[in-house]
Amino acid sequence: MPWAEALLASKSNELPCSQEGRVLSYVDALNEAMALALGLDPNVIVLGQGVNDPKGMFGVTTDLHKKFGVERVFDTPLSEEGLFGVCTGAAMNGIRPVYLHNRPDFLLLAFNQIVSHSSKFHYMDNGETNVPLVAWAAIGRGWGSGAQHSQAIQGLLLGVPGLKIIMPSTPYDAKGLMLTAIADNNPVLIFEHRWCMRNKGVVPEGIYKVPIGEGVYRRKGTDLTIVGTSHSIELATQAVDQLNDTGITADVIDLRTIKPLDEKIILESVQKTGKILIVDTGWEMGGVCAEIGCLVAEKAFSYLKAPVRRIGLPDVPSPAGFTLEQFYYPNEENFSQVIKEMVEKT
Amino acid sequence: MAIKNKYKGNGFQSHENQNSSLSKEILVGLYRDMLRIRRIEEAIESRYHEDEMKSPIHLVMGHEAISVGSCSTLKIDDLIYCGHRTHGHYLAKGGSLKGMLSELYCRANGCSGSRGGSMHLLDKSVGMAGSSAIVAGAIPIATGAALSFQLKQQDRVSVAYLGDAATEEGACWEAVNFAALKKLPVIFFCENNFFSVCSPLEVRQPPNVEIYRKAEGFGLPAVQIDGTNILDVYDSTQEAVARARKGDGPTFIEALTYRWRGHGGAGDDSASGYRDPEEVQHWEQYCPVDGFYDYLIKMNLYSKAEKDLAEKEIKEEIEEAFDFAISSPNPQEIDLYTHVYSQ
Ligand SMILES: Cc1ncc(C[n+]2csc(CCOP(=O)(O)OP(=O)(O)O)c2C)c(N)n1
Repeated sequence: MPWAEALLASKSNELPCSQEGRVLSYVDALNEAMALALGLDPNVIVLGQGVNDPKGMFGVTTDLHKKFGVERVFDTPLSEEGLFGVCTGAAMNGIRPVYLHNRPDFLLLAFNQIVSHSSKFHYMDNGETNVPLVAWAAIGRGWGSGAQHSQAIQGLLLGVPGLKIIMPSTPYDAKGLMLTAIADNNPVLIFEHRWCMRNKGVVPEGIYKVPIGEGVYRRKGTDLTIVGTSHSIELATQAVDQLNDTGITADVIDLRTIKPLDEKIILESVQKTGKILIVDTGWEMGGVCAEIGCLVAEKAFSYLKAPVRRIGLPDVPSPAGFTLEQFYYPNEENFSQVIKEMVEKT
Repeated sequence: MAIKNKYKGNGFQSHENQNSSLSKEILVGLYRDMLRIRRIEEAIESRYHEDEMKSPIHLVMGHEAISVGSCSTLKIDDLIYCGHRTHGHYLAKGGSLKGMLSELYCRANGCSGSRGGSMHLLDKSVGMAGSSAIVAGAIPIATGAALSFQLKQQDRVSVAYLGDAATEEGACWEAVNFAALKKLPVIFFCENNFFSVCSPLEVRQPPNVEIYRKAEGFGLPAVQIDGTNILDVYDSTQEAVARARKGDGPTFIEALTYRWRGHGGAGDDSASGYRDPEEVQHWEQYCPVDGFYDYLIKMNLYSKAEKDLAEKEIKEEIEEAFDFAISSPNPQEIDLYTHVYSQ
């Protein structure tokens, strides 16, 4: 059995996420995940613009080509749509491509292949074709990234059947979810956040998997539920920790995956707390916050003691300049403010 | 009417002295396969008004030589991918007729389980690997299949069939560029029938820049051939396949042809005014099927009696396949929800 299938089938190699052990940077955790996959399965390939650069893509791919050869780890023409289709066609024929992009903004050029091809073939082919493809991109923020280099486009893709969408926040999850994504037989999009990529954390050695579609509690509490992913849930966790002195406690749930969505953990927590704050790095309008808000309204309305609240981005493009950015992105202060309002005023 | 006979073909007749080195068996097989596709398309067309085949069809009359000539040079494990005009390629690669008709009738046992329809026929058992109803969408995918062959060091080739309009999409050239760069075993087969729905070529592409010339600019061998001449199609595809198998990379073939029917649905729609009915008649003189029959007769390779027998067999096969499709079960509601994700 090829390792990818073995990994999917096995139940044994789920390692606990402990507080102790080897500390690795987020970027090194990703690099290690890809190196493990490349080493174990000759069908895994890694490609993208600049993956063979001396620094690799943000360091994520550094030196992989030296170890595994330029046939399997290669730089690409810009051609985002074309290459996404090439990856799809290769995946349909047994290759497991990991196609990396600097920014999700560039994936917009590949929407035709993402939305109408790679996510559709398994269904249109009546289950006869698998598309085990990973597309990876890092959401930007700050330093002039602006309207075209910092878009968090997950909301645009959330409604597309056939896709899986992962948004990790810790090095442990980044590695484990990358491995699980490579082993998955469906097209999986991984949206990292550049600011999470600065993190360090405990990362076990070797292969382990983090299930796609399962959230985890980062904090347990009683006053409200906070759900989200990536940099947003990181900020939310910090805000809750800051509020420790006030006596406010919250369930903080890192969903890790937004599609499939872990409905169970969300509803379970809301049934307990009766209040939910949904956070996301993307636009509030029609995005992840809106979807989860609707889910809660539909399935847990009778448990709600206060209106659903969300913190995402306003219906405005990302500005490029520093000062405008401070107004644009919600910060820890904004999070605390909303949390306090929700606990104290309702 | 302003438009008059803009697009002319030469047709098979101009090659009547062509002397193929192919065996009689192969030549007759080519004819029979074309005849079969023609008759299947006619049968679909004649029943389309019944409104039971609830699927947007794109008939291939006029294109038969391309499908049959090119697929005949491929092995069963070579893969083909195409656009919305699927019937000819599917059948020429050996796709099941029953599976195809069941798909057109939206039955559970259709070749795509009623999830694809006419524009998404597939039969993986014979290397008809799929299609995309998004113009040019399957071109990079066929290229990716070729990448997989190269990575796995398999002796296989893939073919991307595309229309003239597909060459107006960026993804087409992105794929061609990548294939040339990596020397992938893929053949880009452009069926230039001069129309995209009702839009003629000259409102879409500048004059005097032929499509195969554009491909040449990407650094791969490119040829323009008569797409109504099955021997030309066969020879040029065979050459391209040999090149791909040797590791010498992709080839671009532009075959000039004409679609006899409207873009979609049954019947010719030229009376609506977007093309000259005389132009259709002009091309009908160069029927890829009948022209090749005349050739075979002239070369003493075939007889009227043999043709009559072939007609009879094909008719029976078609009738049986229609009966099969019509009596096949419809999908159940539960089928809607399966195969969204692979497990
Ligand atoms: C991206 C895209 N744009 C437009 C269409 C609508 N459409 C379907 S078929 C077609 C014509 C394509 O012409 P060509 O590629 O030359 O193939 P032909 O129909 O002549 O075989 C068009 C425009 C589509 N399916 N996909």
